[in-house]
Amino acid sequence: MIDEKTVEKIANLSRLSLTDQEIKDYSEHLSNILKHFEEVAKVNTDGVEPIVTPTPIEFHSREDEIKDQLLPDESLRNAPERSGYLFKVPPVIGS
Amino acid sequence: MKFLNKSLLEVRNDIVSKKIKAVDVVQESLSRINTLDKELNSFVALNDKALEQAEAVDKKIQAGENQGPLAGIPIAVKDMFCTKDLRTTACSNILKNFVPPYSATVVKRLEAAGAIIVGKTNCDEFAMGSSNENSAFGVVKNPWDRARVAGGSSGGSASAVAARLAFGSMGTDTGGSIRQPASLCGIYGIKPTYGRVSRYGIIAYASSLDQAGPFAGSTKEASEILKVIAGYDEKDSTSSAEAVPDWTQNISTDMSKMTIGIPKEYFGDDLNPEIKKIAMNAIEILKSKGAKTKEISLPHTKFAIPVYYLVATSEASSNLARYDGVRYGVRIPSSDINDMYAKTRGQGFGTEVKKRIMLGTFALSSGYYDAYYKKASQVRHIILKDFAKVFSEVDAIVCPVTTSTAFKIGEKIKDTISMYYNDIFTTSVNLAGLPGMSVPGGLASNGLPVGVQIIAPHFKEQTIFNISQTLEDNIEKKVPHGI
Repeated sequence: MIDEKTVEKIANLSRLSLTDQEIKDYSEHLSNILKHFEEVAKVNTDGVEPIVTPTPIEFHSREDEIKDQLLPDESLRNAPERSGYLFKVPPVIGS
Repeated sequence: MKFLNKSLLEVRNDIVSKKIKAVDVVQESLSRINTLDKELNSFVALNDKALEQAEAVDKKIQAGENQGPLAGIPIAVKDMFCTKDLRTTACSNILKNFVPPYSATVVKRLEAAGAIIVGKTNCDEFAMGSSNENSAFGVVKNPWDRARVAGGSSGGSASAVAARLAFGSMGTDTGGSIRQPASLCGIYGIKPTYGRVSRYGIIAYASSLDQAGPFAGSTKEASEILKVIAGYDEKDSTSSAEAVPDWTQNISTDMSKMTIGIPKEYFGDDLNPEIKKIAMNAIEILKSKGAKTKEISLPHTKFAIPVYYLVATSEASSNLARYDGVRYGVRIPSSDINDMYAKTRGQGFGTEVKKRIMLGTFALSSGYYDAYYKKASQVRHIILKDFAKVFSEVDAIVCPVTTSTAFKIGEKIKDTISMYYNDIFTTSVNLAGLPGMSVPGGLASNGLPVGVQIIAPHFKEQTIFNISQTLEDNIEKKVPHGI
């Protein structure tokens, strides 16, 4: 069961501002989904390694050389706000 | 329709041999988009340089320069692929103004092969959905019945090919997002082996499951497009150096050495009888061509949906952390940085995306990680082993793709669980990283198409194409009315 308090906590961890209605809805939705998903607890996984990738990872080394690159103006052209070649954000440390 | 009713292989040959002009072919594609897509809503952006690029292909051919395998062929690309200077949004409001400064490797390879990217296709926001109803640009309509969904998440890519707006299109498949819409739109769609195609420049949903692949009107068109985009890319550390065979040249319909597995869990008593009939018909065709069949068991199939959604949402919660209003995309201004992040994300993401970020964050959060994410990753390993065991006995698996034909727009959108369980036959393939394809199997009694799924061991796409061609040769081709 994911109550509204837990939803608010997860929303904060996810950096999502939610409306009161969304908090209510997500509490119901997530509880419902997790109820269905609790079935995985039934599988005996003793001694089974968790996998994070389905095919073996290959390692390829390469020369450390400069190839196609983005110029600063191209890299920054989608920035909502910039200052010269910097991304501009609101103060990180309280003023 | 002068060109788009034909195979891309034939049209490409005619372009290269100067019988026809690439610019006329691309013009036909654009004209069809302008008329038919007003209703279908497959495209969310068009490439205004398409005709210019087609002219450049024609000029090169006139000058006797060697042209690539897709010379002058109009191709549509899902809005999950970055296209340099062409708006790319993942069909999300949070990226509605994003114009990438570079192209995905897949896009670069298509262009190097001479393909003309005619536009970007509609999809569920960040590829999260099974009906294309989660797009910021609205739902895609199914060319077979415009009151029904085209499937998802690559709904626009499937609809565009089924309506012959382009010869082929690119999709991404994280839990069935190529195979399911291919099935619902009556066309061919393959999700290759994980690692076969570079993910560089594709907007990430769940990185250990995402794989790009083509939609096309026939087996050989699909294999030809896949050949162009497949192969190692140093920009994607998970891409494989496995050699890319000439699948199209190598296609063989000799089924005499083939053993087909029929998974009993996919043919349970609750399977829709029409879906079952079409899958069994395909199996009968393969038997009549000499294939042997064997009943097999994939005992953990029923856990695939929870495992998939736990793994996918966990990865998504991490991947989508980058949309914070700092470097690109939309920003909702605030004097406080944390408030800016939360407002930007709260207003920029749609409901389903927020739901999945929340689910994934929960599954990864302190105190729940072992019970959800770790447990799911262990069961994922068991599912992978189930397939490995089966593939020691059979060459391929043939089974359904979807639980029903295309459903009505709005029919399932309120029922999350029912929507998630649409993916029951497709998600295991992503969890195990296997190649899987949806091939048209015929029409149900309601006149809507039904796909048949072919699954093979890692990197055995050739086996899939061989079976696909055999079915294609023996099942009457159907096209939507009025197309």
